[in-house]
Amino acid sequence: MSLSTARRPPAADHPPDTDRPGGRPAAVRGDDPAEALVSSRVVPLRRPWRWVASVVVLLLLAQVVSGLAGNPAYQWDAFGYWFFQPIILEGLLVTLKLTAWSAVIGFAAGVVLALMRLSASPVLQSVSWVYVWVFRSIPLIVLLLFLANATALYPSLGLSVPFGPQLFSIDATRLLSYEAAAIIGLSLNEAAYASEIVRSGIISVDPGQREAAAALGLPRHRRFTRIVLPQAMRAILPSYANQLIGLLKGTSVVYITSLLDLFGQVETQASTNSGQVIPLLMVATVWYVILTSVLSVFQYFVEQRFARGVDRLAGRTRAQRILSAVRTRRGVAR
Amino acid sequence: MSATAADAPAQQVVPSATPVVQVRGASKSFGAHQVLQEVDLDVARGTVTVVLGPSGSGKSTLLRAVNHLEKLDAGYVRVNGELVGVRVAHGRLHELSERAILRQRARIGFVFQGFNLFPHLSVLDNVVEAPVAALGRDKAEVRAEARALLARVGLADKADAYPRQLSGGQQQRVAIARALALRPQLILFDEPTSALDPELVGEVLAVIKDLAAAGTTMIIVTHEIGFAREVADTVVFLDAGRVVEQGPPDEVLDHPQHPRTAAFLSRVR
Repeated sequence: MSLSTARRPPAADHPPDTDRPGGRPAAVRGDDPAEALVSSRVVPLRRPWRWVASVVVLLLLAQVVSGLAGNPAYQWDAFGYWFFQPIILEGLLVTLKLTAWSAVIGFAAGVVLALMRLSASPVLQSVSWVYVWVFRSIPLIVLLLFLANATALYPSLGLSVPFGPQLFSIDATRLLSYEAAAIIGLSLNEAAYASEIVRSGIISVDPGQREAAAALGLPRHRRFTRIVLPQAMRAILPSYANQLIGLLKGTSVVYITSLLDLFGQVETQASTNSGQVIPLLMVATVWYVILTSVLSVFQYFVEQRFARGVDRLAGRTRAQRILSAVRTRRGVAR
Repeated sequence: MSATAADAPAQQVVPSATPVVQVRGASKSFGAHQVLQEVDLDVARGTVTVVLGPSGSGKSTLLRAVNHLEKLDAGYVRVNGELVGVRVAHGRLHELSERAILRQRARIGFVFQGFNLFPHLSVLDNVVEAPVAALGRDKAEVRAEARALLARVGLADKADAYPRQLSGGQQQRVAIARALALRPQLILFDEPTSALDPELVGEVLAVIKDLAAAGTTMIIVTHEIGFAREVADTVVFLDAGRVVEQGPPDEVLDHPQHPRTAAFLSRVR
């Protein structure tokens, strides 16, 4: 915006031309002190307290930073030692794997559950409702412990006709590693929440959109994937990003099933190096912050992708507009 | 106007004596409220039928029944002789499969009061979507045709804009181009100008008038009496779910026979 004001000539160069033809009525001229200033810019209100508040907040922030850096208890040298230790990175990899698999499986199952809930069939509706009810009720930690001990409940897994003969069966202990059990648990939990998020997105789309698509004769799956879902994504994304970040950090509870994720490794190392609990916790914290930041940036770009057509002024995304504004500014500077 | 395929809706070789639309005994109720009561209606090829009536008289329901957006409780609709949404088997009417209904709808254009353009697709993609996805036509060919259609409604320069960047009148003209892209044998308009600022109504009506002059068969639900007089071949007056009166505009609008019609016309004028 400063660009346009810079280009505009200062008001003083052009005093209001009161003698121009078709000007304001003579009766007003001279009576109104604002009359002489019609073409000058309004001076914005000064806000001194805003400056005071900003300075106070910056001082407090500096205090926090110096407290973190200056306090020897944080043992920043130990932090530096642990941060890239292979054993920590191994845990990080487990965390990433759990998050990625559960996010993908959970979201896919969530879409299916949401569609079941919105379908006309009372059977599908109720099954979906009951699923969400059950898995939102069971604490994740309980669910994970159940699954870790599933081999005790179901020593073999198989497929059979209900109340009829068994078709095939596998030894569950071979199939269900701790990691697989954790992914299943996280996905089951994730699907319940994802289904509600997806459902909220779908019902936020104007019913006229579905009707117009139907009136045009678009096939059912095309109506959903091309017309409804892209618009639903605008409502889904912010909530699902929240959910995903929750999942990323939520994976840390798997350490109770003896699966060593990022937090599990930190916890194990802390118990053997009792003097370094704080730096180890900082290692986990910083890694989680990094992962969350990556997700947040990713969220920004995905949201931009689905914001096409929302802006009344331009079809370009905000990122594109910022870029082009920077380019124009550079052009002016030259 | 160039003579591309986009300019004229596809003509099928059906004897012109057969009405494009035949509605017989159409009845529908929402709960206890009877919206349509045994409505009969014929629309001849190349004619414009304007449906008038007070709000709640069943105008929109009748229009939506013609492309099966609304299911009738009793009665049926034929478009070009073909039953819409149902088939006869074993002495009863059975609902068609969704695929068959979609195939029928793709031959009937529908223009909504609230436009219902797809906001996340560009203007061009809005027009291209249905011919490609519903009819399986070649995308490049449809795109060229879509640009010709946008030129026809006076929006050649807006092909790459998004719907929200257009005025209401422009959006409705895009919606008309979108309906035309399917080369419909019939176009239904549900109060096409009711959501528009008064100054934008004219541009949409001009496009519809253009279509009428080109011999497009249309059913238009509207409150624009002046427009009805100008463009209609037949005016149908609906009240409480029944056809009260129908005939040429100068008869129905200027010499209404039924007191309900006269009362309505005196109020909206």
